[in-house]
Amino acid sequence: MKSFTYERAASVEAAAKAAASVQGARFIAGGTNLIDLMKLQIETPTHLVDVNHLGLDRIERTTEGGLRIGALVRNTDLAADKTVRRDYAVLSRALVAGASGQLRNKATTGGNLLQRTRCPYFYDTRMPCNKRKPGTGCGAMEGMSRSLAILGVSDACIAQHPSDMAVAMRLLDAQVDTMDADGVARSIPIADFYLLPGDTPNRETVLKQGELITSVTLPKPVGGTHVYRKVRDRASYAFALVSVGAIFGEDGTARFAFGGIGARPWRTQAADAAAPHGARAVTDAVLADARTTPHNDFKKPLVERILASLYRQQEERA
Amino acid sequence: MSANEVTRRGILGSAAAVAAASPLVGRAVAAENGSRSEKGSAMIPIELTVNGREVHFQLDPRTTLLDALREHLRLTGTKKGCDHGQCGACTVMLNGRRINSCLTLAVMHDGDSVTTIEGLGSPEALHPMQRAFITHDGYQCGYCTPGQICSAVSVLEEIRAGIPSHATEDLDRIVPSEAEYRERMSGNICRCAAYPNIIAAMRDVAGETQA
Ligand SMILES: Cc1cc2nc3c(=O)[nH]c(=O)nc-3n(C[C@H](O)[C@H](O)[C@H](O)COP(=O)(O)OP(=O)(O)OC[C@H]3O[C@@H](n4cnc5c(N)ncnc54)[C@H](O)[C@@H]3O)c2cc1C
Ligand code: SF4
Ligand code: FES
Ligand code: FES
Repeated sequence: MKSFTYERAASVEAAAKAAASVQGARFIAGGTNLIDLMKLQIETPTHLVDVNHLGLDRIERTTEGGLRIGALVRNTDLAADKTVRRDYAVLSRALVAGASGQLRNKATTGGNLLQRTRCPYFYDTRMPCNKRKPGTGCGAMEGMSRSLAILGVSDACIAQHPSDMAVAMRLLDAQVDTMDADGVARSIPIADFYLLPGDTPNRETVLKQGELITSVTLPKPVGGTHVYRKVRDRASYAFALVSVGAIFGEDGTARFAFGGIGARPWRTQAADAAAPHGARAVTDAVLADARTTPHNDFKKPLVERILASLYRQQEERA
Repeated sequence: MSANEVTRRGILGSAAAVAAASPLVGRAVAAENGSRSEKGSAMIPIELTVNGREVHFQLDPRTTLLDALREHLRLTGTKKGCDHGQCGACTVMLNGRRINSCLTLAVMHDGDSVTTIEGLGSPEALHPMQRAFITHDGYQCGYCTPGQICSAVSVLEEIRAGIPSHATEDLDRIVPSEAEYRERMSGNICRCAAYPNIIAAMRDVAGETQA
């Protein structure tokens, strides 16, 4: 690990100011992604601003009937929250499908959204990687790309977004609430939060330097049957090859969000619109622009099989 | 074991074993290291309660909680497997909840309390889970065992607290089962594959505590 200085921020405003004013400063929350990457010197912050003691660990009702989830709420506590289990069950399901019990006790809502890709070449500092070191090329494109994305990819990068929680957040139309160094707050719809790689895969979100996520807000519950299906190389404690979050309505409508296949948590209007026509139609709609490699083209039939299985399960319920 | 028998642990950390018994160990370490680390990071004073005992250190901010426990307090029960959150050998309880001590910095835990395998029970007064691991042969080489035991104790508490898992069918009603234990223990890898016996130990303890 490269050396760095450390401070415990005393307020949200002070945290944002500190992170914006020191060159190379980063926030640290659970630390489960950042410290891992610091050990490998993939991340080399000069200064860490600890945001664990800012009172951002509460879950509250909003006046609109939704839910405001503090950025420091731990993944375990969010999955176990009574309201989340009842009204936003797909979020509970997605959370408990991720990582391990130990990691979820530490991982936070904000940190989970911002966890970085699990592309093996991003992790291997001897390999070229445009995301880790802009301009060096992409090791994965001609290499082992089995786990990587097939949607939203570019010639510069085909990395997948690894989060399960973010798939559920995308499905639930969450808003990411932030505060910047000038004390200005904004709410970013999750659909606009993540950037596609394009020519600059090192830029992953619309956040500015020093902009702190303070909470994630869910709109009021939409009802329906919530499911999260994750397929991976082992039954637990592994990242998704493909995951599907779905909410089935009473009237044959449904909405879907996908993990493991996109450069960001993936959801399209076309796929949601195809819902009444079944698994095949949804698959065709969501994968219309898919770009695969010989290693990851198995993800296309896998998407369809997962959807077919979810539809079958839904019919059995009805 | 006789008092003068030579043990691996004795060779590894004889000075340390003495230090661990002393409540001043943290301060002693700080004094040895001075106030700057070799590479120039400013040392930061921190206070932790470890297994019920208050300890004070001056630490380079890069020090993980795992290294603080093993290298500074010489509590070598907690193991370093992967150092990247992938194996669970470093599992300890932080303020009562299990975490991977390799993926957190000690400086982030000033004022917190940590329980390690050494604090769960002692050879004279084993924790029920420690006893059950012996009864059911829940280990072979033993390297993963401290982490497995810390996790197993926490898993039973998490089920009692109503925290769901990937194996939970009804999010509002968690039924303790082998499937629940297996899923919840997935963050602890055992290279010797003692898994069935670990589950047997957990079922045993769950029965004891429910009775
Ligand atoms: C072995 C292993 C397996 C895993 N498996 C899965 C899995 O199956 N599914 C899955 O989804 N995840 C998985 N994870 C990833 C895990 O979910 C993330 O590491 C975790 O959610 C990150 O949260 P954190 O609070 O620890 O983030 P940190 O490591 O503290 O931070 C991550 C990033 O977010 C930034 N940040 C944190 N909080 C804020 C904030 N409030 N505002 C602005 N920036 C902030 C930090 O600066 C940093 O860049 C796994 C991790 C490991 C180690
Ligand atoms: S896919 Fe992206 S993250 Fe992976 S090597 Fe290529 S540029 Fe790097
Ligand atoms: S040493 Fe911490 S998880 Fe492996
Ligand atoms: S007992 Fe050897 S690794 Fe588990």
